[in-house]
Amino acid sequence: MTFENSILTLLTWLPVLGAAILLLTPKTALNAIRWISLIVTIVVFSLSLALWQAFDPSSAGFQFVVDLPWIGDSIGYRVGVDGISVLFVVLTALLMPAVVVSSWEVDSRLKEYMIVFLVLETLMIGVFTTLDLAMFYVFFEGTLLPMFLIIGIWGGSARIQAAYKFFFYTFIGSVLMLLAMMAMYWDAGTTDIVRLLGHDFPVGMQTWLWLAFFASLAVKMPMWPFHRWLPEAHVQAPTAGSVILAAILLKLGGYGFLRFSLPMFPDASAQFANFVFLLSVAAIILTSLVALVQTDIKKLIAYSSVAHMGFVTMGIFAGNALGIQGAMFQMISHGIVSGALFLCVGVIYDRMHTREISAYGGLVERMPQYAFAFMVFTMANVGLPGTSGFVGEFLTMMGVFQVNTWVAFGAAFGVIFSACYALWLYRRTIFGALTKESLKGILDLNLREKVVLYPLIVLTVVFGFYPAPILDTTAAAVDNLVAHYSESTGRNPAVDLADERAPLEYVAPAEGAEQPAAEEHAAEPAAH
Amino acid sequence: MNSDVTDFASLAPAYPEILMALGVLVLLLLGVVLNKERSLLITWLSVGLLVATGLIVLLQPADGVIFNGLFIADSFGRFMKVLVLGGAGLALILSISNAEENGLHKFEYSILALLATLGMMVMVSANDLMSLYVGLELQSLSLYVMAAIKRDDGRASEAGLKYFVLGALSSGLLLYGASLIYGFTGHTNLGEIVVAIANEGRSIGLIFGVVFLLAGVAFKISAVPFHMWTPDVYEGAPTPVTAFFAMAPKVAAMTLMIRLVMDTFAPITSDWQQIVIFLSIASMVLAAFAAIGQQSLKRLIAYSSIGHVGFALVGLSSGTQVGVEGVAIYMAIYVAMTVGLFACLLSFRTETGYVETIDELAGAAQSRPFVAAVMAILMFSLIGLPPLAGFFAKWHVFLAAIEANLYVLSVIGVLASAVSAFYYLRVVKVMFFDAPVKQFAAVPGELNIIMAASGFLVVTYYFTVGNPLAQWAHIAAGSLF
Repeated sequence: MTFENSILTLLTWLPVLGAAILLLTPKTALNAIRWISLIVTIVVFSLSLALWQAFDPSSAGFQFVVDLPWIGDSIGYRVGVDGISVLFVVLTALLMPAVVVSSWEVDSRLKEYMIVFLVLETLMIGVFTTLDLAMFYVFFEGTLLPMFLIIGIWGGSARIQAAYKFFFYTFIGSVLMLLAMMAMYWDAGTTDIVRLLGHDFPVGMQTWLWLAFFASLAVKMPMWPFHRWLPEAHVQAPTAGSVILAAILLKLGGYGFLRFSLPMFPDASAQFANFVFLLSVAAIILTSLVALVQTDIKKLIAYSSVAHMGFVTMGIFAGNALGIQGAMFQMISHGIVSGALFLCVGVIYDRMHTREISAYGGLVERMPQYAFAFMVFTMANVGLPGTSGFVGEFLTMMGVFQVNTWVAFGAAFGVIFSACYALWLYRRTIFGALTKESLKGILDLNLREKVVLYPLIVLTVVFGFYPAPILDTTAAAVDNLVAHYSESTGRNPAVDLADERAPLEYVAPAEGAEQPAAEEHAAEPAAH
Repeated sequence: MNSDVTDFASLAPAYPEILMALGVLVLLLLGVVLNKERSLLITWLSVGLLVATGLIVLLQPADGVIFNGLFIADSFGRFMKVLVLGGAGLALILSISNAEENGLHKFEYSILALLATLGMMVMVSANDLMSLYVGLELQSLSLYVMAAIKRDDGRASEAGLKYFVLGALSSGLLLYGASLIYGFTGHTNLGEIVVAIANEGRSIGLIFGVVFLLAGVAFKISAVPFHMWTPDVYEGAPTPVTAFFAMAPKVAAMTLMIRLVMDTFAPITSDWQQIVIFLSIASMVLAAFAAIGQQSLKRLIAYSSIGHVGFALVGLSSGTQVGVEGVAIYMAIYVAMTVGLFACLLSFRTETGYVETIDELAGAAQSRPFVAAVMAILMFSLIGLPPLAGFFAKWHVFLAAIEANLYVLSVIGVLASAVSAFYYLRVVKVMFFDAPVKQFAAVPGELNIIMAASGFLVVTYYFTVGNPLAQWAHIAAGSLF
């Protein structure tokens, strides 16, 4: 038992251990339940930071690897992280304490609530740390169970339909992926992802495998037109459920594309790239337009998530370093920003018990701090330079521009539309005259809410100006992936590997001395 | 004919069956002599006998063919016998609580259950069409009586009668098939039939015989289109009896099916494969859709068990060792889930009796959180949702099907499992999402233990039993090849 071989196992299973402790706690001991959950999630978060600290970003391979035979020939206990997965682990661990704190006041079945969330954390971290194909499916699909309960038990009035829809959309897509995984096992003779990455699948087979994976990942992502479950699930889920759904569960799709579709089925990926571009641009433009007409705040943010995931798929299938780095960054950034946005909605929902946009207006008069927090995240959602939302969108558009100009052209419209719906939402809820009687007594952020939101504001802004911690971590693994993809598909690796951080040097030069100046430049538009 | 049994030691492969047979006779005498109020003692002694037999199966493994080729003992048979004995023993324990209300307070019930189990053990070890039929009939006749043991209850009598009439029909089919096979190969011994088929090739008469024989066995495992009796019998019979039907007899009949197709009919694989694939698809699809409209919990479980037989047959369809391994693992997990499910069912009692419809479970999560949680876990596991045991069961059988390139079957199978999720989730929805309406009576201790054990195994399958079970199934399946 060293740090090297135990950290990932510990990270993955610690939350379930916490859930087991909660199981033995009497359900009336509400404070004990809250504090145990909080402590467990904070410990996991600290461990994930230690993992990131110990992670060697210069190596493209998997680190902290454990490889044991487990069930029969086909299923192993294999864990390990590389540049692509390590950040998702940190993101998951980061958001869980926030979720626990934001759920402090949950009044019905608190014990079950916390247990389900801790189990969910194990499953989510498991998805990113496992290196076994079968276990990937176990974790990937396992997240359905807690999420179904979260929506169904603690959700809104139409929760049952939403829970069913969520379950079936995802389940039907995934079972086809399961069969594809079995076919991969028989072709390669192993479920070890490391060895599968080095295995060349026959080109004809790749097409079918790619489609089967697409059936599952596109629903999870979700890509247009497989997104129908998402707005309903978001609207009906409790705040914490929406946060997890938007911030982590949607990323499972993107992670799957990066881990399986692109490196394992490169020929099929190249073959279907235009198809994915089409769906991505459709998602970016159409769902942005749909978001414009929403009357429910959560639904609006849900549609905006679909649009932002369009940038991710677009970047991934651009297949070059810029695009994939951008997609990675966009996923991490969206995880923070959309999670924070749902937390913001939760704040006013807790007070007013409505999500109708028309029920609000002029909140800035009573809730200045809330207005500030909401503004930062709205701007990040729009993709304003200086927030983390900008970097991802910019890089993915650069990447895809190199491959297909028209796609980038289409995606650029999405940026405009996202400004429309997000700013309009902000104007209607926060600005204007405070005319509604019910809002007159509304209170500003309390300490608990500040503790949750302020750190996320800091992260949003810091990563907006200084994206290097994320981009550096992913660089080696992404370069490796891109080189492999370019070679397999007969493109020029040198073009695809063009330094992804070159355009950013302007904003964040290597010397620390010039950094404040750059910050001022970028911060100016934010002030307007 | 000279007997190959020369001394007691040469009987070693049949020790478990011999112990069982003697034990049943002793318990029968004891039951007659003892006061009628002492049926509980007989039940526990029967459980003890099953455990003792199981220990002999495990600790005194002796391979071999005895009784002039009528009887075979191998590691595959031992694996299945342990499942049969376990299923039967657990079902007997389930019958203890509220025995009077279920009409199971007569000592004859345990004796019949033991006789049925003995029949199943003979089925599992049958190496001849004759011993196969003897075992099957000993089992079936005992089960007919068990279904109708609550004499004064109209539904139970109806169930028993239906089971008997249709069961007799299926026995007829099976016998007719056996006679055709004997007629066209000249042998009743399974080992000699293989040789005969391999030498003489397939003939239309032989195929006819195979179809009839498999139809007879398909009735016993309640595969579609021979499933009609299942929902009625499951619903009509007292719940502990249903639990008995749902576990051990299915395992025994499935073993018979495996032994017949993998061993005896190995030379005509492509012929039986068509039959098994059809049974499999029909069972999965029909069960998935038919169960959606069910209100009665026991009918729902009946359709669910039909569906699960379909999934197990997916593994068998492959005709490979991996497939047999898959079926063996599937049946083991199926027994573990089913016993927990019935324990939950028996735990939901109101003042007016057992809960019968799904809607009566409304809000059970709040009045009986433990039982509801176990039931929900089992429902998710029956769907095949990871990380629960039901997923690994499906993993093993579909893995075999994909290896054998049965893609259409696999796709239909997984889609059927997605459809079946609909009715399993309904139970979870009613228990967890709806508001409570009923108060439930206290749960007897032994049911709590069974539920806890079943729930624990299903949840921790990956860590606890997963690998030992896979290894054991690997060895077991290896003995057929």
